[in-house]
Amino acid sequence: MTTLFTILFDGVAYGMLLFVLACGLAVTLGLMNFVNLAHGAFAMAGGYICAVLVNNQGWPFFSALPLAFVSAAAIGVALERTLYRHLYTRSHLDQVLFTIGLTFMSVAAVDYIMGSSRIFIKLPAALEGQFDFFGVGIGRYRLMIIVICGLLTVALQLILAKTRFGSRLRAAVDDPRAASGLGINVPQVFAFTFAFGCGLAGLGGALSAEILGLDPYFPLKFMIYFLIVVTVGGSSSITGPFLASLLLGIGDVAGKYYVPKMGPFVIYTIMIVILIWRPNGLFGRAAAR
Amino acid sequence: MTAVSDVSSHAIARARWRPAEIVFWVLALSCAFLFPSRYLIMTDILRLALFTLSLDLILGYAGIVSLGHAAFFGVGAYSAGLLALHGIINEPVIALVVAGLVAMVLGFLTSFLVIRGVDLTRLMVTLGIALLLEALAERFSNITGGTDGLQGIEMQPILGMFAFDMFGKTGFFYSLIVLFLLFLLARRIVNSPFGLSLRAIKNNPLRASAIGVPVNRRLIAIYTVAAFYAGIAGALFTQTTALASLDVFAFERSADLMLVLVIGGTGYLYGGLIGAVVFKMLQELFQTITPQYWLFWIGLVLVVMVLVGRERIHRWVLWGPNLIIRQVFGRKAGVAVPESDAP
Repeated sequence: MTTLFTILFDGVAYGMLLFVLACGLAVTLGLMNFVNLAHGAFAMAGGYICAVLVNNQGWPFFSALPLAFVSAAAIGVALERTLYRHLYTRSHLDQVLFTIGLTFMSVAAVDYIMGSSRIFIKLPAALEGQFDFFGVGIGRYRLMIIVICGLLTVALQLILAKTRFGSRLRAAVDDPRAASGLGINVPQVFAFTFAFGCGLAGLGGALSAEILGLDPYFPLKFMIYFLIVVTVGGSSSITGPFLASLLLGIGDVAGKYYVPKMGPFVIYTIMIVILIWRPNGLFGRAAAR
Repeated sequence: MTAVSDVSSHAIARARWRPAEIVFWVLALSCAFLFPSRYLIMTDILRLALFTLSLDLILGYAGIVSLGHAAFFGVGAYSAGLLALHGIINEPVIALVVAGLVAMVLGFLTSFLVIRGVDLTRLMVTLGIALLLEALAERFSNITGGTDGLQGIEMQPILGMFAFDMFGKTGFFYSLIVLFLLFLLARRIVNSPFGLSLRAIKNNPLRASAIGVPVNRRLIAIYTVAAFYAGIAGALFTQTTALASLDVFAFERSADLMLVLVIGGTGYLYGGLIGAVVFKMLQELFQTITPQYWLFWIGLVLVVMVLVGRERIHRWVLWGPNLIIRQVFGRKAGVAVPESDAP
């Protein structure tokens, strides 16, 4: 029974992490209809920046996290303004090719600068080890991830639902033409959202170094996971991807524990079945625009 | 002139062999005698060309974006490897066809999943199938040899006469003949009414179904054929290198394949062939400059191609050859056209 809870706990932490990593993609891919396969590269950038700050510059872990967010967002907005925005109206094939190209470049560049081996971020002592909670082993680091990601999720939901920016974004996504007719600066809204999504990915990358492992091939290895979250979760709201990432996290952890030999087999099968059953995702809109 | 005869005369005119095409194949054959020390890399190019041809059939002609075409390549490769390893079918040509048929069956079965949904779902499903097969191959490592790959494959002589030699001469001619035959078949397919209906589907599926084209059945058919081609390419890979390992399913293989096709140009059969030559040369070049980081330059090529515009680049590249063709054969001669300008 306690192993079940431990698996559940680890799975939730893993899923939360995936959500933070992928929710930026949910916006660009799901809402802006842009196939961004390079999303993992932003996560990797955030992770490496955090690692350099903590390991080489001696920054405390918790002050390096916001910087991972900010720098990934800065990279995101720079790329969006210079490159990405030219591709919004192009075919999906062009978008796929372009973003695969970016991913390849980022992989080789990081390999060149930082070396090809996996890196670790030095954690503060308070986050190491685990404690017992009614017999269930709770990892401190994973608990912190759940707390941070949970807060972020609530904040995101509130921003989307309650603030002026949230309604602008929803309007811009629903009908860009009508939205710009109402005086909403659609490109600006998209650029800001894109940057924010990249920032979240960067933060997720920094947090995931401990759990998922950070090496130059991170964007390729986890690309499929991000895409699963978005396609399975659908794009109508933030809750769809959130539930999908929890499902994926728990499924993956449980799969690795109970049927270790099947590897990622379980996840891919579930994904294909879901996509055949509901091509727009579990929680997606019935018909795309 | 009625509409029907207009269409058919148009199709016949398109299907006619052009001088440039004959020159292309003569050049391909003469490469064998010009560079006798480079058979291995040339065989590599031929295999890649066949594989790209397969992707062109579904992407260039039917508009299905696939990120997991390596699935069929891998199935073909492992089928050929297992057939040879266990001595089930010793004759390489028959084994090649059987491996292609195995991939074809898989293509037929998965095509039902692929025709559903929009671009994004297709991307995910094709990618998922390739990853699934990779996971399966890893799981059943007692059959596939796991990460070590199939070891100790020994190929029998082709048709019992031509043994594979260590310089790859036999392998090269074998691949060239297979490529040429399959190219002829593909050429026949895309210029047939069936091929024309595929183009109609690619341009506008809704309109195509409105004029009576059975969209889903056509897509299933071409996807199955493309899987056959990819399976043959994979089997050629195993037969000429006597090797099959897990990386035949790798995502990088599918991604590279897209790059090859895009370099060459989608929607005309020579795109894949030209793209394979250019890609391998680029790869050689980058690998000699930076052995470890050539991935960066490949990525850069992709980014620049998309930003500049694929059509524009092709028009620049084709300007020179077309000028020569016009000078030699007169203004009326057929010239190579990029996809955007194709009538």
